[in-house]
Amino acid sequence: MRVLAPLVAAVGRHPVLAFAVFFAAFPFLVPYKALAAQVLIFGLLALGFNLLYGYTGLLSFGHAAYYGLGAYGTGILLAKVKVGSLWLGLAGGPLLAMLGGAVIGFFCLRRRGIYFAMLTLAFSQLLYFVAFHLADVTGGDDGLRGIPLLPLNLFGFTFKLDGTLAFYYFAYALVVLAVAGLKRILDSPFGAVLQAIRENSDRAAACGYDVNRIRHLSFVFSATFAGLAGGLDALRLAVVPVESLYWTTSGQIVIMTLLGGAGTFFGPFVGAGTYLVLEDRLAVYTESWPLVIGLIFMAFVLFLPKGVWGSLVGRLSVSTRAPAVSAPAAAPSPARRT
Amino acid sequence: MMDFSLAAVLPQIFTGLVLGMIFVLLAIGLSLIFGLMTVVNFSHGALYMLGAYFTVFVLTYTRSFWLALVVAPILVGTLGLLVERFLIRRLYGRHPDDPLLLTFGLSLVLIETAKLIWGKVGLTLDPPRELSGAVNLGFMAFPAYRLFVIGVTVAVLIGLWAFVTRTNVGLIIRAGSRDPLMVRALGINLNRIWLLVFGIGCGLAGLAGALAGPMRGAYAEMGVTVVIESFVVVVVGGMGSLLGAVVAGIMIGQVVGITTFFAPKLAEIMVFVVMAVVLLVRPSGIFGEAGLAE
Repeated sequence: MRVLAPLVAAVGRHPVLAFAVFFAAFPFLVPYKALAAQVLIFGLLALGFNLLYGYTGLLSFGHAAYYGLGAYGTGILLAKVKVGSLWLGLAGGPLLAMLGGAVIGFFCLRRRGIYFAMLTLAFSQLLYFVAFHLADVTGGDDGLRGIPLLPLNLFGFTFKLDGTLAFYYFAYALVVLAVAGLKRILDSPFGAVLQAIRENSDRAAACGYDVNRIRHLSFVFSATFAGLAGGLDALRLAVVPVESLYWTTSGQIVIMTLLGGAGTFFGPFVGAGTYLVLEDRLAVYTESWPLVIGLIFMAFVLFLPKGVWGSLVGRLSVSTRAPAVSAPAAAPSPARRT
Repeated sequence: MMDFSLAAVLPQIFTGLVLGMIFVLLAIGLSLIFGLMTVVNFSHGALYMLGAYFTVFVLTYTRSFWLALVVAPILVGTLGLLVERFLIRRLYGRHPDDPLLLTFGLSLVLIETAKLIWGKVGLTLDPPRELSGAVNLGFMAFPAYRLFVIGVTVAVLIGLWAFVTRTNVGLIIRAGSRDPLMVRALGINLNRIWLLVFGIGCGLAGLAGALAGPMRGAYAEMGVTVVIESFVVVVVGGMGSLLGAVVAGIMIGQVVGITTFFAPKLAEIMVFVVMAVVLLVRPSGIFGEAGLAE
């Protein structure tokens, strides 16, 4: 393990570069190439969730909403409106998710703590039922089908994205940009305030910060990242199943992030990779793979709350730029926090 | 042309009331556990599902619905005791989100285990012969079993109310949800009270499942949407308030029942609309205290 320490330190100093290098080689490290894009996209989704949970201390149990809005936003623009432009279609997803995050965040942030978690869940279920019944627009139970993967126009060149690798590197470029964007947010004064709010929201308020507005902004950013992941996934699958809005998707996001390590920079991607590879391997042996994942998740909550990456970084006791923090600041429970 | 007369709407109001009773039983368990322990039990829906399956299980071996109705909630309550003792208890002193995460994992495990044992296809369950017909209420006929569900729930609520307000243990429960530190300082072992309350709450979920079984059958995912709606009931009524859970449970039941009649597609959505309105007007819920565990 000692040998790893300098490497982890270097990764900590240049996380975006490390991310870009690792994921450039990633399709050749996984059992089959289609899994690579899936890990990348779900990692991005978990990254959005992590901004809210890991860095701002707000546990959302309804991030399926923004993933789903992103997927439907992109899917509807390309398959129903037929905008005819990859960029326009892809932009629609994060935009819709951003709007959804702004509205739903407004309601959910009226309450804190556990209420917040349950409210986010309730709103995502609301969207699920709406999508389910609005079959004319969303395809309802059958899912939204026929999303074309249009060629990419960039600097006057046209690229076809049909191949697994071509699509992977297209998604890769966008995800690297998103990761760099997240790094920028976290390093900004705004990012510092987010973490201050996570640690002690009263103190942050006493310092003169409008805590609720900043939480709302974090919510909207988080939803936008999740929406981009949704839009990319709509392109990857060429279909948006209505289950993408279902609570199980929210659960997956929570599990991935905690497996990897909430509040760590790479945790979401480590978690998404762990989850998807586990699912892929387990599904070969048993239909009850969610049972095994559920047990593993429970064990993590009980014994390894910092997740794989958080524990690794902690074990090597290297201070990274984005410090590993397990869960939002511990409060004496079950005593009340008022 | 739809018939909007009272005679047509009245059965819906009763159906909504039955639905409301199931919500009340679930929400009161959630609220009781939360009020005392500030733990949100996400596995409540899975325990509700187990209540229905245990009823089927006991019914097939003993042929007695009445026995099943007593045994199934006790089995679920016992499982609840084990969950508190060996899982939740480890998380006291950690962040309040952690028990929620743990019980979320637990509900996945329970749902998948149920699929393994009883299969993916749901089971159906008949109401007992004594309650299979309809009762003529004078102004309309209504299935006897549904009236029975209302009766049992009311009886359980009265029993629970007496337990919480008239017994010494109830006094400790009320005191413990106000100021656990003070109760401990008086030399009372709150751990045992927490264990008991968690068991009772889970037992109520089991009872809700056992009662719902003959109306809805038993299937592995039956608890999922119901528990989310029960959370809504708790939020609307005010977390930790038992009266709030009852009032909001009946209210949401009515909203669903009546919307099902006029616009079936909107029924599931209306629940959340009510929640959004209540949150805007009164963020702490109808009977809730502001700032509880936030």
